[in-house]
Amino acid sequence: MSAIIKAEHLSFAYQGDEDTPPVQALKDVSFEIEEGSFVAILGHNGCGKSTLAKLLCMIYTPDEGRLYINGRDMTADDVEEKDIYDARRRVGMVFQNPDNQLVATIVEEDVAFGCENLGIPSEKIRKRVDEALDTVGMRKYARHATHRLSGGQKQRIAIAGVIAMRRKCIIFDESTAMLDPGGRKEVMDTICRLNREEGITVIHITHYMNEATMADRVLVMNEGTVIMDGTPAEVFSRCGELWEAGLDVPQTTELLWKMREAGYDVRLDIFDPEECAKEIAKAIAEKR
Amino acid sequence: MKISDFGRKSTIIFNFSFLIFHLGFMGKIELQNITYVYGKGAPYEIKALDDVSLTFEEGKIIGLIGHTGSGKSTLVQLLNGLIKPDSGRVLLDGKDIWAEPKKIRDVRFKVGLVMQYPEYQLFDETVWKDISFGPKNMGMSEDEIKKAVVEAASFAGLKEKHLFKSPFDLSGGQKRRAALAGVMAMGPSVLVLDEPAAGLDPGARRKILGRIKDYQRQSGTTVIIVSHSMEDMAMYCDSVVVMNHGKVTMTGTPAEVFSRSDELISQGLDVPAITKVARALRNEGVDIGLDIYTVNFAAHRLLGEEEDK
Amino acid sequence: MKADIAFGQYCEGNSFLHRLDPRWKIIFALMYIVALFLAKNIFAFGLVALSIVLLWALSGIRAGILVKGLRPLLFIIAFTAIINIFWLKGETPLLPENWFFQIYLEGIINAVLIVLRVMVLVTGTSILLTYTTTPIALTDGIEQLLAPLAKIKIPVHEFSMMMTIALRFIPTLIEETDKIMSAQKARGSDFSTGSLTRRAKALIPILVPLFISAFRRAEDLATAMECRCYTGGAGRTRMNILHSTWRDAVMLLILCVFVAGIVLLNIFAPGYRFTM
Repeated sequence: MSAIIKAEHLSFAYQGDEDTPPVQALKDVSFEIEEGSFVAILGHNGCGKSTLAKLLCMIYTPDEGRLYINGRDMTADDVEEKDIYDARRRVGMVFQNPDNQLVATIVEEDVAFGCENLGIPSEKIRKRVDEALDTVGMRKYARHATHRLSGGQKQRIAIAGVIAMRRKCIIFDESTAMLDPGGRKEVMDTICRLNREEGITVIHITHYMNEATMADRVLVMNEGTVIMDGTPAEVFSRCGELWEAGLDVPQTTELLWKMREAGYDVRLDIFDPEECAKEIAKAIAEKR
Repeated sequence: MKISDFGRKSTIIFNFSFLIFHLGFMGKIELQNITYVYGKGAPYEIKALDDVSLTFEEGKIIGLIGHTGSGKSTLVQLLNGLIKPDSGRVLLDGKDIWAEPKKIRDVRFKVGLVMQYPEYQLFDETVWKDISFGPKNMGMSEDEIKKAVVEAASFAGLKEKHLFKSPFDLSGGQKRRAALAGVMAMGPSVLVLDEPAAGLDPGARRKILGRIKDYQRQSGTTVIIVSHSMEDMAMYCDSVVVMNHGKVTMTGTPAEVFSRSDELISQGLDVPAITKVARALRNEGVDIGLDIYTVNFAAHRLLGEEEDK
Repeated sequence: MKADIAFGQYCEGNSFLHRLDPRWKIIFALMYIVALFLAKNIFAFGLVALSIVLLWALSGIRAGILVKGLRPLLFIIAFTAIINIFWLKGETPLLPENWFFQIYLEGIINAVLIVLRVMVLVTGTSILLTYTTTPIALTDGIEQLLAPLAKIKIPVHEFSMMMTIALRFIPTLIEETDKIMSAQKARGSDFSTGSLTRRAKALIPILVPLFISAFRRAEDLATAMECRCYTGGAGRTRMNILHSTWRDAVMLLILCVFVAGIVLLNIFAPGYRFTM
């Protein structure tokens, strides 16, 4: 397994104008993302997670530190337009507002947009677009108008556009934040399937705890730094620190934590209601 | 009057504003046999509301739940007369709001509506001016406006230093609360909020919902919240109305509604995870009841019962 | 329902005309317009009238839609007709000589022909272009027809990209305007009463948020396009390449016959010569 993204001591500040001082958004952030993994990045608004996403797809360049994508140092002095273009062919992005990232009026035209930019021959694009639409389960909407779709469907079209370009890694920048529960589930199911079945590396930036529990690994950010890094089980058992960082924990964990406070011997890293109930029942039985 | 003058005076009012609450009073809103159809006469005619009768209890926080397309957004727009029902009546304090169509604007002052993502409606140079937009339209005097703005801002948890900034320089959560203050400042007797916490992180979510709850408790205003989040509804509402396919399917306290989780799930809704835990616990032989909807409540039942033994 | 600009006046269908290459359709429309202005006498106009029936038959569009499309032109049509009837002097007076005004046969014929020309012009080009072609296909067609102009540094691709994005975002912005208007109405905005300046002032709370949102969307979209490797027109391919088929050849033949017919009728057919 190799690292598709490697960040070393990244720092970034937004330059203010005359009256406002620069805002330090990221401070000394380091991590590696293994190929094929599913990483969730958690944090409250303004903790630097969206800035990080913009650095990863090279919309901003870091002030300090090194960023490697697929082994290539994107912060080196000899990086040209071509290298950035090359990196973007590997790492794709799905944004927060489903309305602001679709370019074309017709679904299949939008999915084809990226491939057209890469200069792929027509028949191949056709094939890739059809496959991508199948993968996200939107084939029957191929000729529909994009603006008539629901939020969840729009996000799935955006995802199809990314996978039609055969990218190995997709960054989701709060892509579920503006969706209703139905749309959120559609998108999360698609993300999980892409990761498991297609082997696509997923970086999912979110503030929904239950979405983070689906990942292999969770990074928690606060004030521009990574404060926790581990499996969901490891991270969510540290309830106190999460609360301090302005985050929630899943309700199951919260209940188990309260049980533990009251002197019961329970694990904290359980997110499934059934299992949570079993654990509690067991602990109560043991205590008696 | 210069802004700096406003600033100085507002400081004084600000510090004492917790003593006096002019804004808001209980309003009673009632729906009688409301039907609303989109695209009437066209082949794609959709019945968004189908013979809905409902009374919103006064002086409470009422949650309105339903999946997308259940008719709840239509209902919200009916409450303050943005749209007119095809049949049926909307009664505010016993009076039909459409009795005099020309006076519908007055109804909109009494029934305040905070739409989804309300921060996108901010437009003025300063937060202060933006909040005073509604009161000005109502024809309040300068003094009244000042009081209303200061009070609404404090309800919404905005600090004084925020009031003279451009609304576009605020953070996401602050913008949302500034927009909320803009409606609160009109002193409505019913406040309707469509997804007030959508897209906010847990901290900002708790803050805005907490502010709404405090506002309700202190002003007595009837508050109607539309939301997808069962957890939030369970936590903040006094009663819950469930809608599906343009009809009201359930009403009751959160405990009553969430204990019927099978029905909720069959209507395409979720129940809070903690409610699921309570159900599973019963199967495991630990019965803490099915009417569990918050973690604190569950913990209390679990640990309290233990202590009793 | 809201204006659905993505499809404009497009009528869903799979007729002969629907399946023509949009590039050719633009050329056909131009040919058709030229032919219409060539027609000079009643017989040629007979052929014009026939042509519109043929186009309608080939398009498979309901006649009601075509009639509806003419409705906005009613005033102009009536106006030109009246002017022609009352002001044109001819040789065959229709009313007794001592009347205070006169109508000539030529005036009436002229009026009928002009009205026919305007109606056929609008209906014919609409059938060929807007009713049977989506705006997107039209944009594509125009881009490819004008592609040679790129060689002399005219940004053809950029214009067509702008068109595409405009088509994509207009419905979104209309929806947004609706939402902002409702929100401000809920805060007591009043757009329908008061003096003109008052009403104009009432628009500020709508326009400011709308512009801010449009800029935000533009920025987001630019970022999204960049992330999808968009670097302008150079080196770009298209998924849907436009293909000319036998249908285009058939249509071209029909139109050539039509133009030739009109020219021949102009020269050889006897009868009234149209004066405009």
